[in-house]
Amino acid sequence: MSLFLIVALPFFGALLPGLMNSAGRSACAGVTFTVTLAAFVGLLTNLPSIFAGEVIVARVDWMPSLGLNFTLMLDGLGFFFALLILGIGLLIIAYARNYLSRDDNMGEFFTYLLLFQGAMAGIVLSDNILLLLIFWEMTSLSSFLLIGFWKHLPEGRQGARMALTVTGMGGLSMIAGMLILGQIVGSYDLSVILQNRDLIQADALYVPALVLILLGCFAKSAQFPFHFWLPHAMAAPTPVSAYLHSATMVKAGIFLMARMWPVLSGTPEWFVIVTTAGLITMVLGAVIALFKHDLKALLAFSTVSHLGLITMLLGTGTAFGAMAAVFHILNHATFKAALFMSAGIIDHGAHTRDIRRLGGLRKLMPVTFIIASLAALSMAGIPLLNGFLSKEMMLEETYATVLFGMPWLVPALATFGSIFSAAYCFRLIGHVFFGPVRDDYPAAPHDPNLGLWLPPAVLVVLVVVIGLAPFVAEPFVKLVTASVLGDAATLPDVHIKIWHGLVPALYMSIIAVVGGLIMLAVFTPALRIWDRTPRPEAKAIFDSVVEAVARLAQALILPLHNGAFSRYAAIGAVTIFGAGFYAWTSGTVGVPTRAAQAAGPVAIAGWLMLVAATVGMVLLHRNRLLSLILIGIVGLMVSIGFVFFSAPDLAMTQFTVEVVTIILMLLALNFLPNNTPIESTVLRRTRDSAIAIMGGLATFALAYYYLLRDATGVPISEFHLANSYKGGGGTNVVNVILVDFRGFDTYGEIIVLGIAALLIYALTETLLSGPVRARLLNRKPDQPRAGDTHPMMMVVLTRVIMPVVLMVGFYIFLRGHNEPGGGFIAGLIVSIAVVMQYMASGFVWTSARLRYPYHGVIGAGVLIAGFTGMGSWFFGKPFLTSDFTYVRIPPFEKFELATAALFDLGVFLAVLGAVMLSLESLSRLARRAHMEDSEHPMDIDPSRDDTHLDTPETAKEGV
Amino acid sequence: MELLVASAIGILTAGGLYLVLRLRTFPVILGVSLLTYAVNVFLFASGRLTVGAPPILQDGVTNYADPVPQALVLTAIVISFGMTAVVVMISLGAFLGSDDDHVDDQPDETTGTPS
Repeated sequence: MSLFLIVALPFFGALLPGLMNSAGRSACAGVTFTVTLAAFVGLLTNLPSIFAGEVIVARVDWMPSLGLNFTLMLDGLGFFFALLILGIGLLIIAYARNYLSRDDNMGEFFTYLLLFQGAMAGIVLSDNILLLLIFWEMTSLSSFLLIGFWKHLPEGRQGARMALTVTGMGGLSMIAGMLILGQIVGSYDLSVILQNRDLIQADALYVPALVLILLGCFAKSAQFPFHFWLPHAMAAPTPVSAYLHSATMVKAGIFLMARMWPVLSGTPEWFVIVTTAGLITMVLGAVIALFKHDLKALLAFSTVSHLGLITMLLGTGTAFGAMAAVFHILNHATFKAALFMSAGIIDHGAHTRDIRRLGGLRKLMPVTFIIASLAALSMAGIPLLNGFLSKEMMLEETYATVLFGMPWLVPALATFGSIFSAAYCFRLIGHVFFGPVRDDYPAAPHDPNLGLWLPPAVLVVLVVVIGLAPFVAEPFVKLVTASVLGDAATLPDVHIKIWHGLVPALYMSIIAVVGGLIMLAVFTPALRIWDRTPRPEAKAIFDSVVEAVARLAQALILPLHNGAFSRYAAIGAVTIFGAGFYAWTSGTVGVPTRAAQAAGPVAIAGWLMLVAATVGMVLLHRNRLLSLILIGIVGLMVSIGFVFFSAPDLAMTQFTVEVVTIILMLLALNFLPNNTPIESTVLRRTRDSAIAIMGGLATFALAYYYLLRDATGVPISEFHLANSYKGGGGTNVVNVILVDFRGFDTYGEIIVLGIAALLIYALTETLLSGPVRARLLNRKPDQPRAGDTHPMMMVVLTRVIMPVVLMVGFYIFLRGHNEPGGGFIAGLIVSIAVVMQYMASGFVWTSARLRYPYHGVIGAGVLIAGFTGMGSWFFGKPFLTSDFTYVRIPPFEKFELATAALFDLGVFLAVLGAVMLSLESLSRLARRAHMEDSEHPMDIDPSRDDTHLDTPETAKEGV
Repeated sequence: MELLVASAIGILTAGGLYLVLRLRTFPVILGVSLLTYAVNVFLFASGRLTVGAPPILQDGVTNYADPVPQALVLTAIVISFGMTAVVVMISLGAFLGSDDDHVDDQPDETTGTPS
């Protein structure tokens, strides 16, 4: 099966459990299981090629210019991890079906689980490190959702947050490290990076990159000093713990260390950092685990310890160490997942996971006893089980490892850790299953149904089979090891055997087991000592660090970012001014190359009106209606300015937009207070004036500067002028740019406009369905209404003028390609014609005559424009390639047919729909505000008999 | 003429900035509108000022106003209507919801911190 499909299946499959949720819990789990099984089988179809030593690559270029390609690679190592992820995933799904209670939303759970599974599969199959980072972050996010799945538990939420913080921070560090690595090699493809060991290790940035990448790995794989998050993540449902914290998520860091092993390992830095961190984690985790009373906490710390063991093995940098690491990853995944599931079974049966309250379960839960004991004995390193084999290899490796010049250090510490490791395994068996049967369990313990015990049983079978017949696993382990080693080292010529002879590792093993039994015997006094020893509480430290960082961020941010818009605006203006000032003073100022044009009296008069209106607005802005009139003057003067400076299209657009904007503002002002009170202090007004004058001077200086100088390069408008008629078939260059040269921009713009209108509609809906509605209905107008709200003169006039305006709009639209006009302007003109009907006869009357909803008009516009663009695909041309031809239908003159006109029709409809939807939404607010709506076109109609509307109350209440 | 246009841009910017820094929504909306005019004219003027030569191709005419800034500004005008409408709607919703048209959160009288 294609690698893409293997990674994609869980992601697409993640849609299914949610859909199947209502079909029942079994259907929900079944569909998840099927999806995973499909991916699993797909993976297995690649097994022959993997055993043949091939590396399967699937590649799609995504953003080649950034070095980001969707490249997947399957080699032995990737296959191994994918097998663990999907295989154990299958068991976990079956287990979770029986574990989750009826109160849990199973669809949600399996959706998260599949997302996580897909992200993990993505990590281990990525060939591009940028892609790998994306999947890496996705595992952090999806594991957050899984760990915090029981949202009602505060520990769950806190644990999920802590996991996300630690692994997320690690991910950030990892990104930095990976980017450095990519820069050194010049490629982000793993297959290329893995070929460049010497180049990377000789680079000056090798150590920073190594440290950053290792930080990410250590955070993910819970290595010291980041080990503290894993036990807190145990608040998750047990299937999550079993999946994430035995076989997958925490192994991601290990995976990456193994993946990068050929290029990063072998240096003193790698050896010291990785081995030390692994060793400390291993010992620390084992010691803490022994004294934990919660079964899952014990297992969590034992996981930390075993991850440390694997890390240490990878750190030694020898081929044998890598092989031991690979083998132990496999063994740990099998027995630890089984143990987590057993812990869940005990929790399920006895309703407690506290070891102090358990004991004697051997007789009550025989099946669970066998499963858990075998797995725990394997973890302790008892012969004939798989844990013994890899532990033996580990001890053998430590015997040959010299850290800090002390040959005894590593073996001694490893043995010390192993004693505790054996001890907690024995404690798990002894204190939970052995001892007398008690009569104070919170619930009667009993063996679970098949669905719960079969998944761990399958794993325990593996534990025993590998333990008894290691030669079964050996070819596979060697295959994986070979792909870990790459070209950096050769595969060691050893065999995994139960009996090695009387070697030091065997003595160390014996010491560990015997020491473990002794520790268990003296557990009670040891626990007393442990309880008395003061220890740093990781959660408290973490919380105080988070709080300190949050306080620091607040201290830095709050003065700038306190939620006050005026402050942002002021700071923004001053900052922009400062940046501009810096650019101005640090750049060169050229001499003027254009002569100033003389200004005639008309221009000066227009300028005076504009300035007077602007200054008047500033001075009189407290009178809101007056300032609205003044801004109308400003807009009018700007439109006239456009006419004057050879921009007829702009003038028409500005003029029509001006009309609809003023109507919009008037509608809003209907609800807002009519005056702005004086609130700001004189000091504040002075400060604002200073900022305003400063900004004004800056824009003035900039505009004046470039108006007197020619562009430094040749403007692209030369091209547009030259090709407008030849290529676009139109003489109005502005319109041809809009619908042809830059058609894609325009397409985006009409979509934005449509979205803005829909947003307004949505806001109105929200207001009208909330508490505001009652307020609007009970609102008393703050000033007397007109006696005749729909006057006959206006009604008659707007009816008469409607076809005329529509005709003008049609004309403006048609001529747009060659003369000033086009879809934008026509859309605005037609919307003004419609708005006039609303104004004359009111909302209800007009809406009743509306045949198409405005949403539909917007959608039709965008679709027409889009389909016009897509039409060019059928001729093998890129999106929005336009074409035109000339036709002559007698008796008319020859005229032009252009696809651009169709596109312009889309623009026209979108603009019309957007403007109308915005205004209509606002006026809907006004409609609700008053009691009665007239269904008649005008209030006083001589031809109508019922003149009851002409009563004093309703006359005052109309719109 | 250049002086007139440049100073008009400056005055529109100054007026717009002053109004944007006011405390109530309506003047801020007007201020944003003034800034929109200023920005549009500024962009338009980057094609330099040309009188009596609209970019409508005609035989025998070689001197035209720069069409590119015009096309850019044309869409900007229409979009700015959409944005103004959204801002108006948001401020209206805020006012109708809380009976308060302040732009910034008002300090809570009991605690003295912004609510």
